[in-house]
Amino acid sequence: MLIRYLSQVGKYFLMLKEIFNKQTKWSVMKRLIFKEIDDLIIDSLGIVCFISFFIGGVVAIQTALNLTNPLIPKYLIGFATRQSVILEFAPTFISVIMAGKMGSYITSSIGTMRVTEQIDALEVMGVNSLNYLVFPKIVALLMYPFVIGISMFLGIFGGWMACAYGGFSTGADFISGAQMDFIPFHITYAFIKTLIFAMLLATIPSFHGYYMKGGALEVGKASTVSFVWTSVCIILLNYILTQLLLG
Amino acid sequence: MIEVKNIEKSFGDSKVLKGVSTVFETGKTNLIIGQSGSGKTVLLKTLLGIHKPESGTIEFDGRVYSSLDADEKRELRTEIGMVFQGSALFDSMTVEENVAFPLRMFTNNNKALIKERVDFVLERVNLVEAHKKLPSEISGGMQKRVAIARAIVNNPKYLFCDEPNSGLDPNTSTLIDNLIQEITKEYNITTVINTHDMNSVMEIGENIVFLKKGLKAWQGTKEEIFTTENEAVVKFVYSSNLFKKVREAYLKG
Repeated sequence: MLIRYLSQVGKYFLMLKEIFNKQTKWSVMKRLIFKEIDDLIIDSLGIVCFISFFIGGVVAIQTALNLTNPLIPKYLIGFATRQSVILEFAPTFISVIMAGKMGSYITSSIGTMRVTEQIDALEVMGVNSLNYLVFPKIVALLMYPFVIGISMFLGIFGGWMACAYGGFSTGADFISGAQMDFIPFHITYAFIKTLIFAMLLATIPSFHGYYMKGGALEVGKASTVSFVWTSVCIILLNYILTQLLLG
Repeated sequence: MIEVKNIEKSFGDSKVLKGVSTVFETGKTNLIIGQSGSGKTVLLKTLLGIHKPESGTIEFDGRVYSSLDADEKRELRTEIGMVFQGSALFDSMTVEENVAFPLRMFTNNNKALIKERVDFVLERVNLVEAHKKLPSEISGGMQKRVAIARAIVNNPKYLFCDEPNSGLDPNTSTLIDNLIQEITKEYNITTVINTHDMNSVMEIGENIVFLKKGLKAWQGTKEEIFTTENEAVVKFVYSSNLFKKVREAYLKG
């Protein structure tokens, strides 16, 4: 069992090396990158905005409802919402959600290409199929921090709306809390994590799709396995990076 | 010409190819036939470099595949056209884009030249009305023709077809067979077809290799297949009454 996992890890790193070997012609690659930006980044904006706005609101309400001591100032709701959204919710939990959304899309699309021999067709033509299929996804996901930036903004905005219109504190209190003791490095920390998660989001689902064997049923199974492993890696790396960067 | 010498290939404990040696000739339609599990597809995929043989050599016009470096292998692969069993067209591309793909990848031709060539090959395979359609919007026979067009668009020296007739009606099958044979003659290509369709064998089998349990059991032409006494071939080819009668008629003259 352990040897099987280790061999999979080794295979994953060999795949990473192969992705950067023998580049596809730039004129072709350019089109692939734009297509992936559309499929992976633009298509994810709707769900990211929706989730971020409402979860930001819920974080603010939960914080407000738990601040029962009248000595604790109301502006702490804004402070707590900002910290939760910037440090964890936007970079980590949106990435776990994206492991489901983008990850299953990547695994199933590459897996279907494997099942229908399209990957064999690329190889027979002399195309480096890993570079052709995975490299554009990696480049497209360099834009992933923009998605997370939007998520941060909407999360805090959702918190402000919930507080101001839900009667938990005034809008001014919330904003004052959101601006309090701001440490710019927290944003850097969040974006470092985001970039690393983006790499995982592009490569782990691709690995599961590329090396899958079998038919349509196995494509579904590979998507599930890829979601599980991407989430596990994101959560584990989140812990390690937090310890390294903030500990 | 492709020369295969003593190829062996195993998957785990199971030896699929047990020392196959044969020659696939240029300008001829070379057929690999045999029962399911006889090693036809493995042989074809080994010729294509998808599977690496444990022993033996494959020579493409004197170039030994295993001794080529990575660049030379890549160069050789651009000389190969392949028609997959399920066509393997790229789902997200239109017919036109599928056919243009090898040209966009491996040539520096401008758009106009690529379009001209794509139009030419699509016309050659009698598909002029499907340029802008997606593979999912055309029939199986049309998909096969697109796959053939994509395989020949870059003027390959070698054309490989894996069961090009599977899932097609008899009329379309004959059309595809004839198209492949015409293209083989017209461009003087070394064509290797993996099939178990006996109609194809009778129609276009100029050099037939019969595999049985990973070994070459017989090799000959479509005329020789009528007269052969090889028990395995007779049992495989003449398993249906129709072909038995065809054979009897042929032998009676």
